[in-house]
Amino acid sequence: MPEYQARQTIGELLDRQGISRRAFIKYCTAMASLMALPPLAGRAMAEQLRAARRPSVIYLSFQECTGCLESLTRSFSPSIENMIFNVISLDYDDTLMAAAGHRAEAARDQAMKANYGKYLVVVDGSVPTADGGIYNCAAGRTAVDILTETAKGAAAIVCVGTCSSFGGIPFADPNPTGARPVSDLIGDKPIINVSGCPPIPEVITGTLLQFVTTGQVPDLDEHRRPKVFFGNTIHDRCYRRPFFDQGKFAKTFDDEGARNGWCLFELGCKGPTTYNACATTKWNGGTSFPIESGHPCLGCSEPGFWDKGSFYAALSTGTFGRAGNLTPRDAAKLGGAAAATGIAVAAGATALARHRRKVRMTDIQTADTQKEE
Amino acid sequence: MDLLQFARGPALKFALIVFCFGVLWRLTAVFLLRHERTLSEPRHPVFRALMGGLLAAGSRSAPHREFIRRTGYSEALGYSYHIGLFVVVLAFGPHIAFLKSLFGVSWPALPNNLVTVIAALTLTLMLAVLLRRLTHRVLRLLSNFDDYFSWFITALVIVTGLMASTHFGAPYEQLLAWHILSFDALLVWFPFGKLMHAFYIFPSRAINGYALARKGASV
Repeated sequence: MPEYQARQTIGELLDRQGISRRAFIKYCTAMASLMALPPLAGRAMAEQLRAARRPSVIYLSFQECTGCLESLTRSFSPSIENMIFNVISLDYDDTLMAAAGHRAEAARDQAMKANYGKYLVVVDGSVPTADGGIYNCAAGRTAVDILTETAKGAAAIVCVGTCSSFGGIPFADPNPTGARPVSDLIGDKPIINVSGCPPIPEVITGTLLQFVTTGQVPDLDEHRRPKVFFGNTIHDRCYRRPFFDQGKFAKTFDDEGARNGWCLFELGCKGPTTYNACATTKWNGGTSFPIESGHPCLGCSEPGFWDKGSFYAALSTGTFGRAGNLTPRDAAKLGGAAAATGIAVAAGATALARHRRKVRMTDIQTADTQKEE
Repeated sequence: MDLLQFARGPALKFALIVFCFGVLWRLTAVFLLRHERTLSEPRHPVFRALMGGLLAAGSRSAPHREFIRRTGYSEALGYSYHIGLFVVVLAFGPHIAFLKSLFGVSWPALPNNLVTVIAALTLTLMLAVLLRRLTHRVLRLLSNFDDYFSWFITALVIVTGLMASTHFGAPYEQLLAWHILSFDALLVWFPFGKLMHAFYIFPSRAINGYALARKGASV
């Protein structure tokens, strides 16, 4: 970030760009509403932000599919342009930045040096640790090296997506690259997990904005996710919840229940155990979310979601084997084998008992005969 | 692996194996028991004796008119909570999904709120049954650990199920894990305790009925 910009407050920058105070308050009120803050918080947020300096943000991409960044760039409120130009200074992001090669790495070094102890690190993707971390390298250095070095001077780390938060898909069994979440590798910095595959764009920008506004880590749940966005399950806020309560379930994707919009629990919906804002914030500027499109929730914002059995098996069914669910065939095999063993053991024990009784009776008879003689 | 994964995965698998093994072991052992030869002349042909057995299996389930004043309360309690248990197990959507995963068949569910109310009533009736067992002098003398533990494990499954369906006391995933774990424990205990009566009750009545009918008794 150029020095003149680092010294500038967000308010000065907005004035320079001709963005009115009124427009900025409107924007902050929308953000406050998104974060379920009281109505007056929008004004307070605007005042605070105007006086604050734009924080430097370093965005690191590791083992990921770029879906999280794709999601972020489709944020409607605030838009990513708004975020980058008005609220944060995105000093390094190897996917979005124009620079490449050593110039890009130099930008990261410069941002770290100029804002040591103050910059935010956003991490996208899990970190491979197997075989010396060789499965993800940039500029000849491993992801572990880059993360460790960048995290040293960070004010906080925001993990965007389930991969950086909990390991995600690279972490799934058998995890050939030894993928680890950031929280396994960095222990001395505040970490905020914004999980999801991908996370909701407004949740990413909202979390960043909240940190910039207050300068503090928001209230987090046990998985270090902001409670304001991850406080409720999808099921709690799902518009199909009344059908669950009425015991009306879609059994297949094209039956009457599915056409009537009934609950997708029996089709494997993981909404009851998934904490996220999909049912309230929704996607594509609040258009809809997966359940609204007729597909069960996959539970993508939860740790280990890839290894919790089939996406299409109800939560009340068993999960057996490697990411597999119990089927009638498995049940028949399992039950049949156990039952056959039970029968064999019982038959064996009975035969043994009868044999012993027979031997005992013979002994008694022999003894009686001998006595008589 | 979190608690819910453990409950739905290895714990459930182990419990189902023990249940199938134990039930078949107990049933086979009873059917292979050595029976004394009946030396009396049969008063009825085999078919009629068999029909007598089937009749006894049903007729012994109805309260005896002569003792209704003395046994009516306990029989009403017993029938009510057993019907409640059947409704809760067989008419709750998530349970039907579980049974479908085992047997491949499903049927319509009752409204969840209705099943929740029935479960609460069932639990209340079970408490009344326990109270009777504790206060009835003869019944108390006849009761042992098996009676109390079988009651406890059944009630535990209902309590955790009620907590899960009403989201009471802990996050849903934890409550669901406790509920499935308590069910796993019930499956493991089932073949080795008095819960096994579910498999024994009708065959034993039928066998008694058959023996009596063979001897010419009216069943």
